[in-house]
Amino acid sequence: MSFTAPRSGGSGFNGHGVLAIYRFEMARAIRTAIQSLVTPVITTSLYFVVFGAAIGSRIDEVGGVSYGAFIVPGLIMLTIFGESISNASFGIYFPKFTGTIYEILSAPVSPFEIVLAYVGAAATKSIVLGLVILATASFFVPIEIAHPLAMVFFLVLISVTFSLFGFIIGIWAKGFEQLQLIPMLIVTPLAFLGGAFYSIDMLPQAWRAVALLNPVVYLISGFRWAFYDTSDVGVAVSLSMTGGFLVLCLALVAWIFRTGYRLKA
Amino acid sequence: MPPAISVKNLTKTYASGLVALRDVSLDIAPGEIFALLGPNGAGKTTLISIVCGIVTASGGEVMADGEDVRRNWRATRRKIGLVPQELATDAFETVLSTVTFSRGLFGCPPNAAHIERVLKDLTLWEKRHTQIRELSGGMKRRLMIAKALAHEPSILFLDEPTAGVDVELRRDMWALVRALRENGVTVILTTHYIEEAEEMADRVGVMRKGELILVEEKAALMRKLGKRRLTLCLQEPMAALPPELAQWRLDLAPGGLELGYTFDAHDERTGVPSLLRRLSDLGIAFKDLHTSQSSLEEIFVSLVSERVQEGLPA
Ligand SMILES: Nc1ncnc2c1ncn2[C@@H]1O[C@H](COP(=O)(O)OP(=O)(O)O)[C@@H](O)[C@H]1O
Ligand SMILES: [Mg+2]
Repeated sequence: MSFTAPRSGGSGFNGHGVLAIYRFEMARAIRTAIQSLVTPVITTSLYFVVFGAAIGSRIDEVGGVSYGAFIVPGLIMLTIFGESISNASFGIYFPKFTGTIYEILSAPVSPFEIVLAYVGAAATKSIVLGLVILATASFFVPIEIAHPLAMVFFLVLISVTFSLFGFIIGIWAKGFEQLQLIPMLIVTPLAFLGGAFYSIDMLPQAWRAVALLNPVVYLISGFRWAFYDTSDVGVAVSLSMTGGFLVLCLALVAWIFRTGYRLKA
Repeated sequence: MPPAISVKNLTKTYASGLVALRDVSLDIAPGEIFALLGPNGAGKTTLISIVCGIVTASGGEVMADGEDVRRNWRATRRKIGLVPQELATDAFETVLSTVTFSRGLFGCPPNAAHIERVLKDLTLWEKRHTQIRELSGGMKRRLMIAKALAHEPSILFLDEPTAGVDVELRRDMWALVRALRENGVTVILTTHYIEEAEEMADRVGVMRKGELILVEEKAALMRKLGKRRLTLCLQEPMAALPPELAQWRLDLAPGGLELGYTFDAHDERTGVPSLLRRLSDLGIAFKDLHTSQSSLEEIFVSLVSERVQEGLPA
């Protein structure tokens, strides 16, 4: 046996470590590919049947876009919010639950590298999923993408941000119920009220003011602008809201690792 | 050469207020096999967890190979392997994938030959494509060791490697530790069992209630720990010890039916044969006899009282 072979490599970035975690997370997704891809595709198709066909036949156009096409960006966002949070939170919660976190904590990987790997993997899955839903949607309705680069940019930015948010939830959660709590009580309601299925211009004036308090409105509006060049709020506002949320999550993660919060005794 | 592990004035108070380590200092030489002996709750796992970066110390410092484990954590962690006390594995991963994962996690480039060697050494090679959930408990434990060896550490921590393990696996474990030593790996293991420390270690540290109460060469400690006790169950009760038996310093149990003799098993002359001869000369008949080793708890008590006698804090 030779357990003490000389080793090369400095003390910099642990690329092998990041890759190991990233691959591990992606392998987990591939093992459950049926659930992680087929389920959202079926769900999306159902949305089109219900909203696009049943309701859409009564609503002609929203801001010059057919209703079926109008809801596509919102649908993609809804799925990305949910999947990013559940993937990233589960990814880091599960090692805590089974005890395998000992290995991550004792390995030469920095907090930044840990976040990069887990959040990177969760965001990758969300982006792939977003594109799959987009492809599915294109079977039902004609889709144009006015600003493809902006579309990809929003897709990536929002996937990363919500994966980061999920990572925080995964570290905070003490049980499986808590893992579901924030997504169910806060994110899902905000997402549904965030203008995925309607333009907030369609709301009465008073409700419009309330709706603008919902951060999700800005995310969906920005993403929809990338498709149809129409938006409820200015693109710059959308972008800064999304960026602001990202910065907030980053700050929280930094604090978690500095204090060892719920990771180290 | 700096010590493989050097712990200075280490203290740990958990958030609950529980003091798990009180001013522990310890140096472990490169290539040494060191056993940490102590009852449950003594602080063994806490000590290991601080060295490995899983638990944050409240005070003191830890060096590995001459480098501070907090300041130069990247360098020190690459050198350290940890097999934790609890079995913790990813049920759906295969043996090969989880060991490959560990190697990458610790920053090493892929090396299929090394992984193969480790898995063969731990007789897991045949099972490399098996999912972990299908392995037996003993195989899972070996797998934890394989994961810890995947990045070729020069310092290995084994936290209770043989707790709840059958005799055969325990022997395998001992053989493995010896093989590691031949390769120059420093091994620090914890155990409840004196025999295990005796079997494997060069030096033994005894922990109790967060303190390292004693560190000794194994041979020296075994002399201290090697006290055995012979108990004779008499046929007739004895009112008092006859003066002819005075030289053995026997003790007589209340009721006069049990005679006890404490002796050192490592002595050339234990005094047992002569005692038995003298008893038969005196016509003292016994119907049964047995010997027992002092329990760990008794040894702690005797070690602590020794320290009190020497005027040291208990
Ligand atoms: N995370 C923790 N929080 C609070 N107390 C702990 C924690 N881990 C261990 N302890 C306590 O610290 C003491 C030492 O535990 P441990 O280091 O596991 O001892 P050993 O490994 O020698 O059995 C015990 O009283 C234990 O209950
Ligand atoms: Mg322990």
